[in-house]
Amino acid sequence: MARVTQLNVNGINRTIDVDADATLLSVLRGPLDLTGTKYGCGEGQCAACTVLIDGNPRHSCRTRVGDVGRRKITTIEGIEKNGELHPVQQAFMDVDAMQCAYCTSGMILGAVSLLEHNATPTHDEIVDYMNPHICRCGAYQRITEAISLASKRMKEKA
Amino acid sequence: MSGDELKDAVLDFERYEAREVPLHHFAVDRRSFMKSIGGGIAILLVAKEAVALQESGRRGFTRPEMPRAIDAWLHVAPDDRITVFTGKVEIGQNIRTSLAQTVADEMHVSLDSIAMVMGDTQLTPFDMGTFGSMSTPQMGTQLRRVSYAAREVLTDLAAKKWNADSKTLVAENGKISDPTARRTVTYGELAKGQLLAQDIPAEDPVTPPSEWKIAGQPIHKIDARDFVTGRHKYPADMKLPGMLYGKVIRPAAFGATLESVDFSAAKGIPGVITVRDGDFIGIAAPDEFAAERAAAAVKAQWKTTPQSSSKELFQFLKENAETDPQEENRFKQAKGDVNSALASAAHHVDATYTISYIAHCPLEPRAALAEWKDGQITVWTGTQRPFGVRQELMEAFHLPQEKVRVLMPAMGSAYGGKHSGECAVEAARLAQGAGHPVHLLWTREEEFTWAYFRPAGVIEAKAGASTDGMLTAWEFHNYNSGPSAIAPMYELPNQLNEFHPVKAPLRQGSYRSLAACANHFARESHMDDVAHACGMDPLEFRMKNLLHPRLRAVYEAAAKEFDWQGRKKIPGHGFGISGGIEKGGHIATFAEVAVNAATREVKIVRVVQAFDCGAIVNPDGLENTISGAITMGIGGAFYEAIEFENGRILNPHFAQYRVPRFKDEPVIKVVLVDRKDERSFGAGETPIVGLAPAVANAIFDATGQRIRSMPMLKDGVLPARG
Repeated sequence: MARVTQLNVNGINRTIDVDADATLLSVLRGPLDLTGTKYGCGEGQCAACTVLIDGNPRHSCRTRVGDVGRRKITTIEGIEKNGELHPVQQAFMDVDAMQCAYCTSGMILGAVSLLEHNATPTHDEIVDYMNPHICRCGAYQRITEAISLASKRMKEKA
Repeated sequence: MSGDELKDAVLDFERYEAREVPLHHFAVDRRSFMKSIGGGIAILLVAKEAVALQESGRRGFTRPEMPRAIDAWLHVAPDDRITVFTGKVEIGQNIRTSLAQTVADEMHVSLDSIAMVMGDTQLTPFDMGTFGSMSTPQMGTQLRRVSYAAREVLTDLAAKKWNADSKTLVAENGKISDPTARRTVTYGELAKGQLLAQDIPAEDPVTPPSEWKIAGQPIHKIDARDFVTGRHKYPADMKLPGMLYGKVIRPAAFGATLESVDFSAAKGIPGVITVRDGDFIGIAAPDEFAAERAAAAVKAQWKTTPQSSSKELFQFLKENAETDPQEENRFKQAKGDVNSALASAAHHVDATYTISYIAHCPLEPRAALAEWKDGQITVWTGTQRPFGVRQELMEAFHLPQEKVRVLMPAMGSAYGGKHSGECAVEAARLAQGAGHPVHLLWTREEEFTWAYFRPAGVIEAKAGASTDGMLTAWEFHNYNSGPSAIAPMYELPNQLNEFHPVKAPLRQGSYRSLAACANHFARESHMDDVAHACGMDPLEFRMKNLLHPRLRAVYEAAAKEFDWQGRKKIPGHGFGISGGIEKGGHIATFAEVAVNAATREVKIVRVVQAFDCGAIVNPDGLENTISGAITMGIGGAFYEAIEFENGRILNPHFAQYRVPRFKDEPVIKVVLVDRKDERSFGAGETPIVGLAPAVANAIFDATGQRIRSMPMLKDGVLPARG
């Protein structure tokens, strides 16, 4: 069976040896020990497992690791820079946009991607883009607010 | 609520899962007990009624024999750290923060000097479980008392040290100071060299809410940074060296028995171990991918039996109701003469309501990591009842208590759905067979199938009212869903409220607010019907029949925020209200919906909910919990229903079972009614009960169509009339 021996994760080339048919999620959480990416359904329905591949949100539970190749993977562990939180992470904290927070990693990466594509999304645009993400605790209103806050701060800083 | 009522709340009838026989039976041994405390100063709260909470036959809900019946304890270390030990667990309801606030407030220290150790059966005192909205009224009160006692002990130590009168000393910012002699000493310095463990009896809190400084403040999740960076380790994230990944091979249907199993293909995969113990079969493998392949390669034959289906569910519940009037779980409450009051009522409304089975769907499915060492088992698992899981492990493996340790890292929520320990028991059995630690994370399909469900129900309601809109009679029968909040809070001279247990077709158990959700849905929908029959405004009708001052107050607060009086009739839009009292919470919910006449789609436009649970400990956390409960309530109100047939769940995936998403979210406005003159109660459950009836009433207002089922929609839209 085909093997995958290298992945670029959070800017670092990591050496592994896994079956190419394994899911990216299982490889991140297993041999790479990046457990910030969560299993929620394994079916691409809840987006708890969202990572960025070349900046685009992907369900890592439905991504075959053999299909990733040399593309750059970003996980929740990779967006804090030199001890400084990403503005989206900071906004989630400042709004307290979480309860059990199991969905938070996927939500934050989804929001980071949204703001890269659309720096100043409207409320409806946020809702539309984030709709694939489930927060079972129901913190949607706060999450929407946190994304707007991050957008505002990033714009002010730019 | 009095202490007695609190006790009753613990043992709510609907907690079926706690009375079940264990799923798996394995090996044999006996039991004994131990407890230890380190240096420094420890304050232990001794339960007032250690024996009173015992109740036979309720597995894990009983208080096991302990060296002392300690409810909570706190430790002051020489380095000024204060560590709080509680058997309660953090599941997203934010008690790690709110309980720490309470301790900091009463100890007179900063919030960041508090560390919380929660839900570790080796380190924390026994606790029945984190359910029933008990953490704030019970554990919060106990910790406040412990903290107060700790402050007294520290003050006395300082007084002794300085040979001063303790009444002249002041405890502030983690220090005791003597203003007359201008000297200070920190709590940690006082704890140095001490080996002091002091028991105190459980009593009421000592600092009234009006004098709180840290409690009562809107404080964000204290460890939020660990969550936004992905650093927090949930039960599913726990790892150990040499750990294998487990999978359980599930029966083809509920109640199926194993006829044969062929492991040969699975064993051909390198590193795979297999386990069979009775009808339990499973595998473990070095990585997740190998585990999935191995599980798929196991060939098992199951003997299944024909079973009822969700198509005939409500008929089944009516036909299988317990008929024995002596049945102990039957609940009946009667007052006055209902039959003649109904017969003579000017307005008379009869209706039947149905409630489908629904699933909790915590985003983190059940997870466990089990490790055996020297005949002892340690399990990290997601559960609301670590001590209940310990009990299950003791029973399953015939182990004494001191050989089982259960730890509960903050988990990806539960909503009443993780009271049982089957995942922990399964991981432990696989680890026993593998000779390695085993990690087990249920798939979404397993979580949908092998957990338990919120009970389905049929509710029959009859009401009578006079020409001037006074309720005169009320008859209410709940089949299977449960007795929680079954009694109306309206002034009713003649009433009969009865709960009829049923031998249910599916495994059922606790769910956020238990049957209060179903009973509020039926009662408040029915109230709306009677209001219309009387030709009265729904709010005016309720107020006319309601004396309870705190419930009236939340109705008034919500009406004002919603601008109920000023609401304008817009085509396709409707407005509805509901309210009630449960578990110390007083709730009024006002909703506006928009119904698309062509597509029959319904959008909840806005929700205003006023809530009073006494003195508020953390208004920010409370608002978050309440708005989350409103959102979660949309699922049960509109979409969620478990479909089943012949012991199989037909829709065990998010693609087939719709839960609320961003697009379903209305504008939610929570009005907090802070009653500093009242005792603090919890809010994890009751805020979910108002949404469904308020929305059903709003749909009626918009369309004239009365929906009497939960969920209300079919295929995402309003069902055809008739």
